[in-house]
Amino acid sequence: MITRKRLTAGVCVLLATLTAGLGTALPAAADEPPSALVPKVELVLDVSGSMRTRDIDGQSRMSAAKQAFNDVLDAVPDEVQLGIRTLGADYPGDDRKVGCKDTRQLYPVGPLDRTEAKTAVATLAPTGWTPIGPALLGAADDLEGGEATRRIVLITDGEDTCGPLDPCEVARDIAARGIHLVIDTLGLVPNAKIRDQLTCIAEATGGTYTAVQHTDELSGRVKQLVDRAAEPTVTPVATEGAGSCSAAPELKAGLYTDRQVIGKHRWYRVDVRPGQELRASVSVSADRAVDNDYGVLLRAVTTHGREIVRGAESGTGRTDAISAGLRYPKPELDGEDGAEPPAETVCLQLGNSFSAPASVKTTPGMPVELTIDLVDGPDNASDVAAFGLGRGWWLLGAMVLTGLIAGLLTGWISRWRVAVWRTN
Amino acid sequence: MRTVRRNRLGRACAGILIAGATLFASAGAAVADDPSASASPADGGDAGPTEAGTTFRTATPVQQEQTATAGASTGDYLYWVFPADAGQRPTVHAKVTLPENATRHGASTWQVDVYDGLRRRQACMYGHQTRKAAPDANTVELSCVLRTVRAWSEPWANDPLPGSYYVRLTVVDLAEEDLGLPVRAETRVTSVDKGGAHDVDGTLSEPLVPGASSVARVSSGDGGEDGTAKVSLGSEPEDGWASGWWTDRWLWTVGGGVLASLAAVFGYNLTRGRGRPSHVPPGY
Repeated sequence: MITRKRLTAGVCVLLATLTAGLGTALPAAADEPPSALVPKVELVLDVSGSMRTRDIDGQSRMSAAKQAFNDVLDAVPDEVQLGIRTLGADYPGDDRKVGCKDTRQLYPVGPLDRTEAKTAVATLAPTGWTPIGPALLGAADDLEGGEATRRIVLITDGEDTCGPLDPCEVARDIAARGIHLVIDTLGLVPNAKIRDQLTCIAEATGGTYTAVQHTDELSGRVKQLVDRAAEPTVTPVATEGAGSCSAAPELKAGLYTDRQVIGKHRWYRVDVRPGQELRASVSVSADRAVDNDYGVLLRAVTTHGREIVRGAESGTGRTDAISAGLRYPKPELDGEDGAEPPAETVCLQLGNSFSAPASVKTTPGMPVELTIDLVDGPDNASDVAAFGLGRGWWLLGAMVLTGLIAGLLTGWISRWRVAVWRTN
Repeated sequence: MRTVRRNRLGRACAGILIAGATLFASAGAAVADDPSASASPADGGDAGPTEAGTTFRTATPVQQEQTATAGASTGDYLYWVFPADAGQRPTVHAKVTLPENATRHGASTWQVDVYDGLRRRQACMYGHQTRKAAPDANTVELSCVLRTVRAWSEPWANDPLPGSYYVRLTVVDLAEEDLGLPVRAETRVTSVDKGGAHDVDGTLSEPLVPGASSVARVSSGDGGEDGTAKVSLGSEPEDGWASGWWTDRWLWTVGGGVLASLAAVFGYNLTRGRGRPSHVPPGY
């Protein structure tokens, strides 16, 4: 033990440098550029007849949109593949059936030729209906393939009157395909119905809604959204939790997505070796109209059903998501040398207590994001204070007093001994 | 267990070395660091990022003392992530510049929420976490003072631990017509160093930064190439994470020991009187 202590003392400076070195090495690895992950964006522009209305900075909605598109096309980051889709651009007639299928890809998603794209946009003239649902479906197909971020930016001035396809349901279905697609919506008219529909679409996919009043706002916002697509993000892996622990998928460290229907549990399994710490966090997104009080519960349970630790959270009011997390450090095992001690299977049970009005569809389930980390276990505390050290004036007072008493006693004893020696 | 114990010994011996060095050098060095740390908040801090994320996953990293700004639409959920280390008590300040009065239709209530690296909501001890902006207000300012970050806590506790902290800023109540109007948001995190009084025993092996293990796997070489390298969702302080051995408790304890020995010498001298008694002849 003594030799070990000495050894430790010898390398303690080295240890400190190592720790510092590690700390700086990690972010370098994290900054590596994305490998073959090309972000894709599709701008979906409403070219329906109502775009003729002149109410944006004195010019027509269409020319405001065109001007914004020119600005945006100039500013698109090089790494982004951009496409343009129109709706209501071709069929001027009154036949609802035909008008509601009127959507086409104006410029294919791919490396951007700015002049070509601008020319294509310049040819547009306000014409037909507003089939938002089919346009979104088409856009989702256009963006098919690849693992990177996908964004649809929908610019419209009217609500989808085509039915029976509710664009909001369409958006939720697209999101549920598990292709990490976000729809941002921009409304050109401050009208309650349009706002409801567009916020619903945005909410269903984790996107944003913007009410546009000026041309510069329009181009600024679209630029911002396109830039957002270029931001490198982590792509989660889709998984599907099971109804019981025994059937649950086994997860390694990483980021996962899943869908959870209100009121149904989801189980996952993680193997934790002795000396490791499991860190799990989960977010359940409210992608539809839900009641005002809600909660989420994440439990770590042994295979025999004993609860180890739980993370719970509840909330009230407007929210995008509710999240909870837990950590479980599995103690190191003393015992057999050499043989690797077996990993413990920890079951993670996820439940949420969202509730929705009866008119809201509960399938597909709500988006779940799950982060699993496995790191070395913590260095557990053996005392409340750091290293059991003391602090404060009381400590100093007590130590000084003890020292004084010890000094006095020693002095008296030695004087007494001298006196005894002299008398003898 | 053995490695853990050795780590603790290592931490302790480094601490003793430094404590000794600090004792013998002047305590002025530590004091000299303080003015620079407290001076930076006064000059407004550096300009930080000009965008904000919209989910935990896309949260924009920002350092403490930086002012992060973002243009957004009313109703957006804006996310930033900042690192906080043990002993710090962070305060999140947020300011929202509302759309022009003419375009607004009523009062709005804004809220800032803070979550830790495990996405557990962290309580605000005080500050205006939620605030209602009057229909004619131009800005609304929010703040949230977190609890002091501890180096270690029980796994069953919700104490703030070193790692990433997420700031979420959003409107929680507003007139329907105001949804989607442009706003500007500004956020800034400052922190107070609470010193040794809050230094607890024990440390985490890794700060609570999401993706810590995936990043570590990549750096050790046996991770996949397929994007696992990017699974760092948090940020780390500019000067790295504290290693966990330093606490001013070393100074107090060692200083107490020195004082105690001085007191002992003093006490011993008291009992001896003024040297050798004069009537005792030499040679005894």
